[in-house]
Amino acid sequence: MDDRRLETSIGNLLRAGVLLSAATVFAGGILYLARHHADRVDYHQFAAGGSIVQSLRGVLQSAAHLNSEGLIQFGLLLLIATPVARVALAVVGFALERDRLYAVVSLIVLVILALSLMHAL
Amino acid sequence: MTALTFTFVVLAMSAVAGFLGSLTGLGGGVVIVPALALAMGVDIKYAIGASLVSVIATSSGAAAAYVREGYSNIRVGMLLEIATTLGAILGAILAVHVTTHVIAIVFGFVLLQAAYQSLFKPDHHTGSPIESDALGKRLRLGSTFPVDGTRQEYGVRNVPAGFGLMFGAGTLSGLLGIGSGALKVIAMDRAMKIPFKVSTTTSNFMIGVTAAASAGVYLSRGYIDPRVAMPVMLGVLAGAFFGTKVLIHARVRTLRIVFGCVVLALAIEMIVNGLTGKV
Repeated sequence: MDDRRLETSIGNLLRAGVLLSAATVFAGGILYLARHHADRVDYHQFAAGGSIVQSLRGVLQSAAHLNSEGLIQFGLLLLIATPVARVALAVVGFALERDRLYAVVSLIVLVILALSLMHAL
Repeated sequence: MTALTFTFVVLAMSAVAGFLGSLTGLGGGVVIVPALALAMGVDIKYAIGASLVSVIATSSGAAAAYVREGYSNIRVGMLLEIATTLGAILGAILAVHVTTHVIAIVFGFVLLQAAYQSLFKPDHHTGSPIESDALGKRLRLGSTFPVDGTRQEYGVRNVPAGFGLMFGAGTLSGLLGIGSGALKVIAMDRAMKIPFKVSTTTSNFMIGVTAAASAGVYLSRGYIDPRVAMPVMLGVLAGAFFGTKVLIHARVRTLRIVFGCVVLALAIEMIVNGLTGKV
């Protein structure tokens, strides 16, 4: 694998991730509006939304039950995962190029991302 | 307000923000947060959560195209992402602990800078050195980029200064839920002497990874509310997509001035509201 091929793979991955995520969020949004269009909404006061949308497990469970907010949140998780997958692909790509320095650099970024997300989820 | 009205108003506002953000190169996040907070009365924590998500979407969407054109430098991007992700985590933790007034005021100053950039478009440095300095060489950061059909070589300098600035850019991104692309470009173009086009595309490439680093903290704290983030993400993405399509035909100069004035007004309102405790 050379630099150009790595760049092309990264480009394709980013595009696929964004499209998949946008489609999921869109589907969740349609479902949400179909069920809740007449709800009164007010976001003046911040109130944490509860475990359904705040933890990985909560999001996955509610999305699996076709809860509209869970489905949107699942789409957003796909979006957050896209750059993470991009960094993982760079680790593999640089390793295949036998570029040890940049395989390690990418791995450091991946570990930072993983620690940050794990702490949260 | 009903959920239906809220969704469509926010969708329209976000589409305009994404459109203008991509035409002017300032990104959609920087106007969608004050628009949500000031016009829609949305708590700034929900606003920055929704903005952060839209930033990942536009950055990844645009980066897909740039990477394939061969402008972005993935080695420079990767190396500097160590700094931006660490900064982003710090920024997100700060966002949880400081009051929203402080966030509003800091945001106002970032908007002032964006307005200045939009109105006066300060010159970037011209003519990159072909040789990297010692550290740039050791890290093999120099590369080539397309100029008139051929590929021109460029070197990379002042890596430690760029790294420090990138840490700051990451912190702002995590604190305010924005891409902070302007500061990233300054770090590469001005400090590291990387060609402007390479700096802007590499910055775009890094924004998604930087934002993903603070997304975990935002998510666990409930900043990312699906009912707010859904119209913002879809709207900004659609607007940015159309922005890139019309970029060639648009009279960008007029747009920059209009956009700059809007951003200036938003900046003043954010600072005033932050000081008087209304946001």
